[in-house]
Amino acid sequence: MAGLGGRMSTVVKAKVSKLLDRAEDPAETLDYSYQKQVEQLQNVKKGIADVVTAKKRLQMQESTLQQSVVKLDTQARQALAAGQEDLARAALERKNVAQTELQSLDTQVNELEAQQQKLTDSEQKLRAKIEAFRTKKEVIKAQYSAAEAQVRISEAATGVGEQMADVGLAMQRAVDKTENMRARADAVQELEAAGTFDDITQLGSGEDDIDRQLKQLSSQPAVDDELAKMKGELGQGEAAPAPQIAAGEAAKPDEGGAA
Amino acid sequence: MIVRISGEGQYELADDDRDRLNELERAVVAIVESGEQAGFDASYQALLDFVRDAGAKVGDDELEGSDVILPPADTTFAEAGREFTGEGLIPE
Repeated sequence: MAGLGGRMSTVVKAKVSKLLDRAEDPAETLDYSYQKQVEQLQNVKKGIADVVTAKKRLQMQESTLQQSVVKLDTQARQALAAGQEDLARAALERKNVAQTELQSLDTQVNELEAQQQKLTDSEQKLRAKIEAFRTKKEVIKAQYSAAEAQVRISEAATGVGEQMADVGLAMQRAVDKTENMRARADAVQELEAAGTFDDITQLGSGEDDIDRQLKQLSSQPAVDDELAKMKGELGQGEAAPAPQIAAGEAAKPDEGGAA
Repeated sequence: MIVRISGEGQYELADDDRDRLNELERAVVAIVESGEQAGFDASYQALLDFVRDAGAKVGDDELEGSDVILPPADTTFAEAGREFTGEGLIPE
């Protein structure tokens, strides 16, 4: 049995036998096992709380990004109304990036939600098994001789031990997923920091890294389409071009394009 | 025969179901060993669906160990590739 099932079974069995090797006296083994099980259950609860925290963090980022999207859209409109198409394009490019990021955040929030649900189900099963074990251990203690009890304990502990190992593996999967998301969450935070333009009139000047990256996307049809649509809404179609004012000049008339 | 789908729960299958289970399992292992992802999801889900359909759910308060433990339903092809090897999941 060399497949994945075999490997998992081995892990599970190792955990179970570790649980059982502790004490020679069956009664002691039982009480010790039970105590360990209850401790494990507490750990599972803590793990679920961590997943919930990670999910909330992503949701908060989502709502910040949503605000950015709205703000950038407004800024694009304002820029276009003022005849500054470059500014409008830059704002729409940022909006586009924010929206893409928003979609992937959404996927991740859903994934964490699913993990949370699975862990919660697993925790309930584990709790039920631990409760069954608690009942059974009293029966074993009362009814069986030491030798027999040892066998019965093994049987009972296998069931609960396997469930415990299984919830342990599920926890590990959830943790791995959360780790993967952390890097992305940091990237989103950077985007937020660059975010919307605090003062739209400043945009025409210096180029930052984000601007350069955005320029690479500037040919994206999505941005062009949106710009065209926005122009239409503002009554600035091809037939009626807005007065062409260079962004830098409009933003900083005192510099007069000297740069 | 008790089969656990990791992260989901245990199912009790009749001993007669063992052959079909083996057959489905070998199909998954063959795909994984070929290194071609196409068909992996479908064949793995078919294996799990068979367990779910043919098996009776084991109660949460029962203390049975499993004869076979299957990886979680959301196992990716890459994960399976890292861990599936050789003769497969189910002892002959």
